[in-house]
Amino acid sequence: MKYGLELVVVAALIIFAAIFLVQNAAIQADQGEDEEAWGGADGVAAEIIEDSGYEPWFDPIWEPPSGEIESLFFSLQAAIGAIVIGYFFGYYRGRKTVE
Amino acid sequence: MHIMEGFLPGPWWQIWFLISAPFIIYGLYQLKILVNERREALPLLAVAGAFMFVLSSLKLPSVTGSCSHPTGTGLGAILFGPFITSVLALIVLIYQALFLAHGGLTTLGANVFSMGIAGPIVAWAIYRAGAKTGINTFVTVFLAAALADLFTYVMTSVQLALAFPAEAGGFTTSLVAFGTVFAFTQVPLAIIEGLVIALVFKYIIAVRPDLLVGLNVLTERTVERIRGPAA
Repeated sequence: MKYGLELVVVAALIIFAAIFLVQNAAIQADQGEDEEAWGGADGVAAEIIEDSGYEPWFDPIWEPPSGEIESLFFSLQAAIGAIVIGYFFGYYRGRKTVE
Repeated sequence: MHIMEGFLPGPWWQIWFLISAPFIIYGLYQLKILVNERREALPLLAVAGAFMFVLSSLKLPSVTGSCSHPTGTGLGAILFGPFITSVLALIVLIYQALFLAHGGLTTLGANVFSMGIAGPIVAWAIYRAGAKTGINTFVTVFLAAALADLFTYVMTSVQLALAFPAEAGGFTTSLVAFGTVFAFTQVPLAIIEGLVIALVFKYIIAVRPDLLVGLNVLTERTVERIRGPAA
C-alpha cells in the first residue's frame, strides 16, 4: 500500500488526541480552581526533589521573563528546524524532478 | 528529560560532564571527517539536526496528565551514529538552556548523556541489529527511534535516582518515583516519535536513497526492495 505508513501515523495521532480529550475531561472534573493540570514532567521531577528539602545550587543565568516570551523561543526553535527540513526536502525533490 | 539548572549536586554534575566529554570529542572528530569526505551528506546532517530542533520544541500532553517532549535523536543516530548525534544534541540543549531556562549549563553533561548519548546508542544498536535480520526497514526505524526516546527518559530517571536516593529504599525507590514521572509519561510520545521518524525515513528513501547507501545505512538491495512496489 502506497500510503500505508501515512495512514498509521494519522491513526496514531487521532488515538493520541482522543486519549488526551478523555483524560483532560476527567482531570478538569476533579481538580480545584487554582490547580493547573498538564504541567511539564521536568517540573514534576523538580518538585519531588525540592520536597526532599534540596535547594538548587545554581540558577539559570537568564530566564524568559514571561510565558509569552518562552513560547516565542519555543516557536523560534521549531521554525528554525522546520525551515531547514523543508528547504532540503524541497531541494532534493526539485532536483529529482529536473533529472 | 531536562534536569533543571542547579538540580544536580556535586559530584554528579561533574561526573556526567566527564562521561559525556569523550563522546562529544569523538563526535566532533567524526563530524570533521564527514564534512571533508562526504559533503553530499551534509544536507542530511542538517535535516537530522533540524529534526531534533522541531521535535524537542513540541511539548505534548500525555496520559499521566503532564507534558513532555520527544527528543528526535533517533534519525540522527540511525543516519550518522551516536557520536555525531551527541554533538547535535549538545547544540539543542545549549539553545534550550540559554534561551528557555530548560535544562541548564550545570546539568548539561547529564542531559547530553541521556538525550545525546544513551538514547542514540540504543537507536543505533537496534537499527543495526534490525537491518541485519532483514525485518521490515520501517518497523526497525520505528523501534529504534521510539526506544531511543524512551531510554533517554529512563536514563534521566537513573541519573536523578543516583543523585537523590530515597531515604527509605534508596536508589530503587527513587528510580521508581522518577521513572513514573518520566518514563511512563513518555510511552505514548515515544510511539508518536517512532512513527514520525519512520515517515521521514520513508521520504528520505524516496528522494535520495543513494545517500543512505553511501552512509552504509541501507544496502542497495534493501533500497530496491522498498522502492520496487512503489515505482
